[in-house]
Formats: sequence, structure tokens, C-alpha cells
Amino acid sequence: MTGSREVAGGRPAQPAPIVRPYGDTTGDGRVQLSFTLPVPFGTPTERARAEGAAQQLAAKMGLDPAMVVHAKGMGQDHTFFIVYGRVSHLVELSQVTVAEREFPLLSAAEVNLRIRSALGRKLVVVGACIGTDAHTVGIDAILNVKGHAGEKGLEYYREIRVVNLGSQVAVPDLVARAGAEHADAVLVSQVVTQRDAHLSNAREMAAAFRAAVGQRPLLVVGGPRFDPAMAASLGVDRIFGKGTTPGEVASYLAHALAPATPGALT
Amino acid sequence: MTPRLTLDPAVVREARELAARAGQPIVELARTHTTVSIERAVLRLAGLQGADAEGLPWVNRLADAIAAATGLEHGVALPAWDALLTGGYDDLAVLAEAAAQGKVAFRIPAGADAAAASAAARAALAAGIGRIDANRAEREQLIEQTADPPRPWIYLIVATGDIYEDIPQAQAAAREGADIIAVIRSTGQSLLDYVPEGATREGYAGTYATQENFRLMRAALDQTSRELGRYVRLTNYASGLCMPEIAALAGLERLDMMLNDCMYGIIFRDINPRRTFIDQRFARQIHARAGIIINTGEDNYLTTADAVDAAHTVVVSQLLNEFFGKEAGLADGQLGLGHAFEINPALPDSFLLELAHAQLIRELFPDAPLKYMPPTKHMTGNVFAGYLLDAFFNLCGVMTDQSILLIGMMTEGIHTPFLADRDLALENVRYVRNAAGHLGESFRPTPGGFIDQRAKHVLGESVDLLRRICDQGLLTAIADGTFGITRRPADGGRGLDGVIKRADGYVNPAAEILESGAAG
Repeated sequence: MTGSREVAGGRPAQPAPIVRPYGDTTGDGRVQLSFTLPVPFGTPTERARAEGAAQQLAAKMGLDPAMVVHAKGMGQDHTFFIVYGRVSHLVELSQVTVAEREFPLLSAAEVNLRIRSALGRKLVVVGACIGTDAHTVGIDAILNVKGHAGEKGLEYYREIRVVNLGSQVAVPDLVARAGAEHADAVLVSQVVTQRDAHLSNAREMAAAFRAAVGQRPLLVVGGPRFDPAMAASLGVDRIFGKGTTPGEVASYLAHALAPATPGALT
Repeated sequence: MTPRLTLDPAVVREARELAARAGQPIVELARTHTTVSIERAVLRLAGLQGADAEGLPWVNRLADAIAAATGLEHGVALPAWDALLTGGYDDLAVLAEAAAQGKVAFRIPAGADAAAASAAARAALAAGIGRIDANRAEREQLIEQTADPPRPWIYLIVATGDIYEDIPQAQAAAREGADIIAVIRSTGQSLLDYVPEGATREGYAGTYATQENFRLMRAALDQTSRELGRYVRLTNYASGLCMPEIAALAGLERLDMMLNDCMYGIIFRDINPRRTFIDQRFARQIHARAGIIINTGEDNYLTTADAVDAAHTVVVSQLLNEFFGKEAGLADGQLGLGHAFEINPALPDSFLLELAHAQLIRELFPDAPLKYMPPTKHMTGNVFAGYLLDAFFNLCGVMTDQSILLIGMMTEGIHTPFLADRDLALENVRYVRNAAGHLGESFRPTPGGFIDQRAKHVLGESVDLLRRICDQGLLTAIADGTFGITRRPADGGRGLDGVIKRADGYVNPAAEILESGAAG
């Protein structure tokens, strides 16, 4: 296998630079859409008005012509619509920017494989909420098997050993425990942000790990009010903001701590 | 229910006996220990409500003060009611406030003082349990005045985080056909060592379970039940570090069903195994008294483990839940054992395997109101394929006479359901019920055929696993990752520091009333 994809039949591998949605003919621009409006669908007048309202929304969204193929009242105050229509918009592929994460998203199996081949042992993650923060929602969503957003937490990964210290952990205790567990990475979440406590706590933690003897673990901080661009100024390796999933964190840990060996499959 | 499989009754009997043997040491553990949450539940049953200025409930403040002064190994009842009687406090709330300020000198009374404190506590708890009895009677009366919906009951979830948004959504869902409304809890509530107070309008992916939220929702659904002429049941979660307290609140506010699994918190929330089992027994004693149907959480195992390979772990856990549940006083009709339609749809004969598992469980627990959970793991974001899979789930549910169907959403894993998602989901189940509701009458798997064999195979694997659990002990089996492929050592996890060995003079009048079946 070579690294590049080849397409049989001599057709160009790249799509046209400008495209439109495809229904059953190139360029027909046909799309489907469903939505609910808070309008009743009872009397004939209400029904006619509801369908007109759906038409109007579809038109404003650029569907012309738009066809309301299904309308159904839900309860007394709402109507559900399915609409098909033609959009006139053009998609300029050159204008599509792909947000580059510095690491690829891996499946749990890929993460496990990477750790096994690169480390030959389990990757140890110590997690905690530091300072007075008792909100373990964030760290638990990332670490607990139950996970978050349909993804299992790091405990689910066979090659990751998770030590979750819970809430209100003092920084010296965290440093000591990370040392005792031979942590490869330390994950800290901070929800409480009064007087920027999340920032000062993160800085305090980073300083404590720098001052400690032995190899410094990878320091990862997360929470809804962190700016991912602030990692360097806080002295940590990576910041995860709102909406982070366990899979992203696991992929990052594999990227940072268990790099793929050249020539390996993953 | 007519049996459709050729299960060997001797194997079924052996499975039950093994479950009882595996569970017995856990029952002993629960009989000889108490927890901070059990003691706080005692205070709640005696009517103590409210919280201090920081929102920490008075039950926590009072239990903490007693723990610091006398320890909890005698229970809260003796020191609390002794202080009430000898200190001249009007009620528990006044006592709790004084205790929080360090103004109360608690002691373990002896002799006549102990008898007086014990009698006073028993009277207060009899009144609280009397309220639970009255709620149970009121439920029965309401069902009589309206109607009990036919099974399978349609179970729908609301979860906005705001109780005042949940209420109209729940009422709308009931009008559209839901028989049971479950209010999902805020993420992480299971790890709080207190129950929040009051009506709440903010939660993470769910709404906090509080006594006031329970009351508000039940009142709204009573109104809707009368309007529809059909009793709409309300469900919440008695799980996590405050399991017994939430069970008490559910009884006091007439909830109808409670999620209450013997191992869920251990495996999925890393709550200490001992804490969970001890809390659970008391919680289930309350549920038994309140006429609440518990829902167990075996479906969750299949979200981590493979639904084919681990099918027998579901059966084993159900047998354990049944043993623990009955030991705590629950009747068969209160055991809403859980399972799920989670086999990879790409697998050949996946629907036959689902039928085999669902029918096996139906026959093992013929009188239990089984709760069948829809696919989640293989819902991919392709909502059209998801809608089809949900239809097959509904079909399996009606063919195998499941009692409670949690309605699958085609947008599972994408967002909390939109109004339209729920409406479409109900349309799906209505179609299947209408089109194939009587298919079960003609569903006769060939003896020795694929479905029959598969069911027997899973039962055989369950017996093998139960034997292993009996040999090593349930706590060791959990530590070894037997369930949900997650290892949970007996001394690990949260909440072990809240487990206390009972002293010889331990007094818990609520447990005495519940265990003796005495009048409230």
C-alpha cells in the first residue's frame, strides 16, 4: 500500500471546487429539513397558517421552491414539519477551513494499542478537583466509566489506570499522590471561578509540580471557563475547554505520551 | 404468561439458590452496619427538612454534630431524641440549628433516659412512616379513580435541568401517551453527600432530585392523570451517596418508581461497594413499604461490555437484585428488573438473539414488571437507521411481553430529546403496538431451535458465573471486574468513610418498624 489514495477510471479524485446539494441530479440543490414551530394545528385556518409559517421559514433559509410534505400537530401548541426544497446556495470548497487539532481523534481500541506498543504498560492518570472546588462534574465526566456525551470515560480504557482523587484536593497532596502512583499525566478540573480561582489554582499546581523532585507528569487542566490558548501562561501542557469529551482527552494523552512508532499501523 | 422456551426448572432453581448464597454475606454486612446517609434518612423520615444559609441540609448538620460528639455507631435516634427531651428544644429543626452552633451536648443515654428517647424517636418515625402508608393508599385510590394503563407501560424521560420546564414537558408527554415520566437527575448528583433543597432551575443534563421538585412534579402529574383518566407514574433515582435519603423522600412525596440497582453506583460511579450495599438494603425497605417499583440498571452493563458476550452478567445481576430486593421486603410486582436491546445490529441474527435474551428474562421472572431499555450504544447519529432500530426494539418488547418500555429516541447520543423526537418515538411505539401487539400469542420459538438454544446457553453461562461468584465472594467478584468490565475493590471508591459498624446498643426505630411490618 502506498500512502496516497488512487481512484480507478481516470476520474479526478478531487470534487469540483464549487458544489451544491445532490438530490437525484447533479446541481439540483435539493435538501430535506425538519423542525417544530410553536403554532397550533387544529382548525383548518390554523393548519393553513402553520403550513404557511413553515413555508416562510424555509424561504428565509434559502429553500426556493420549498415543499411542506408533512405537518403534524403535537399537543395543542406545536406543529412538526418535514420540508423538501431547493437551495440556491453554492458551496465553495476552497473556503472550507478544517480546524486542526494537534492530534488525531482515536478510538478507544486505537488508544489502547498505542499505549501498549509505546509504553508496554498501563498509562497512569491521576485526576482531581483542586482547591475548594467541590464540583467534580467535569473530572467525573472525563474519568468515570459512565463518561459524557455518549463516550465512555477514561476508566473504560483497558490500558489506562485512573486514580480519581475527587474534590477539594490540596495541591501538595496531589503532587505526593501523583509521585506515589508514578502518574504519567495529572488531570485537574476547575468549575468554580470566583476571583479567577481556577487560574490561580492551576498556576499553583504547575509551580508545585515544577518544584517537586522526579519526572514531572503531563499536566492537563479543564473547565468551562478556561481559554485553551492559556496553557503556556499557566505553566501546564494542555487546556481543555467547554464541551470536551473523554475521547478527545484520551486521544491527546496517547498523542503526547504514547507517540505512534514509525511504520506502525496507527 | 405461557412459557415459550424449554428451560430446565432444575437449572433455574439452582441459579436462584446460587444467587441467594452469593448475596447472603452482603445481607449480613448490611444488618451489622449503618451509614451516614441511613442516619440522615431516619431524620428525614421523622420530618426534618430545610437547610442552613449555605444550603447544607439540617439533616447533614445534625448528623454531623452527633457523629462528632458520640459517633454514629448507636444511630442518631438515641442521641437526637435524648437531646430533644432533655434540652427543651421544640423540634428537630430547632435542635439541628443549635447543634450546628455547637450548643448541644449530645450523649448516648442509658436506663430510663434511653427508654424515653427510644420511645419518642419511635413515635416520630411511626408518624413519618404513617405518611408513607397514607401515600400508598392515596396512589391506590387515584388509580381506582382514574385507570391503570395496560402494559407495556410507556416510559419517557424529561431532563431540562429546570423543574418548571420539566413540568409542562412531562404533562405534554403524558398527554401524548407516556404512562411513566422519569426526571433524569443532574450529572454528578449521585456523588453529592447531601440532597439539595427546594425547587431547582439549574442542573447539568438533568434536574436535581429534591423533595420540593418531587412534590411539584407529582402534583402536576396528579392533575394530568385526572384529566386523562389514566394514572401517570413518576420515576426518579434512589442511587448514589444519598440513596436511603432519596428513597425516604420518594416515599414521603408519593413517587411511584425509583431507579435502585444493587451495583450501578459501584460500577459506574465508583461508590464504595460496602457503602452501596448497606445503603441499598435500607432504601429498599422503604421502597417496599411505599409500594414503589424499583428499576434495576443491568442495561448499563451492556453499554460497556458486549451485549452478546456479557448477556449472562445481566441475568446474574438480575438474580442478585431479586434476592436482595425480596430480602428487603419487595414483592415480585415491585421488581422492575432491567435489561436492554444493545446487540450490534451488524451481527447476523441480532434480532433473534435479542428475542432470546428478552424471552429468557421474561420466563425467569414471570411476575416482575421488567423494564426494557432501547438501543443506545449502536445509535450512530443516522437518525433514520436509529428510528428503524427503535421499531425493532419495540417489536421485541411487545412479542416477549416486557412490562415497561423505555421509549428509544432516534436522536439518542445527539441531544436531549426535542419535542418532535419524543412525538416521533411515541408514533413508532403506537404503530408497533397497534400492528403487532398480539403477535406474542403466535410467537412459539421452535424447541431446540436457535432462540431456544441461545436462551438456554445464556442461562447455563449465568449458573457458571454464579458458581464462581459463590466461590470467591461477591465483593471479590466485583473487585475483579465481573460486571460492566470495571474493577471495583471493596475498600475503594467514595463513601467508605461514611460506613459505621453498629454497636450493641444501636437503635434505628425506622428500620424496626419497616422490618417488623408494624403499623406506621
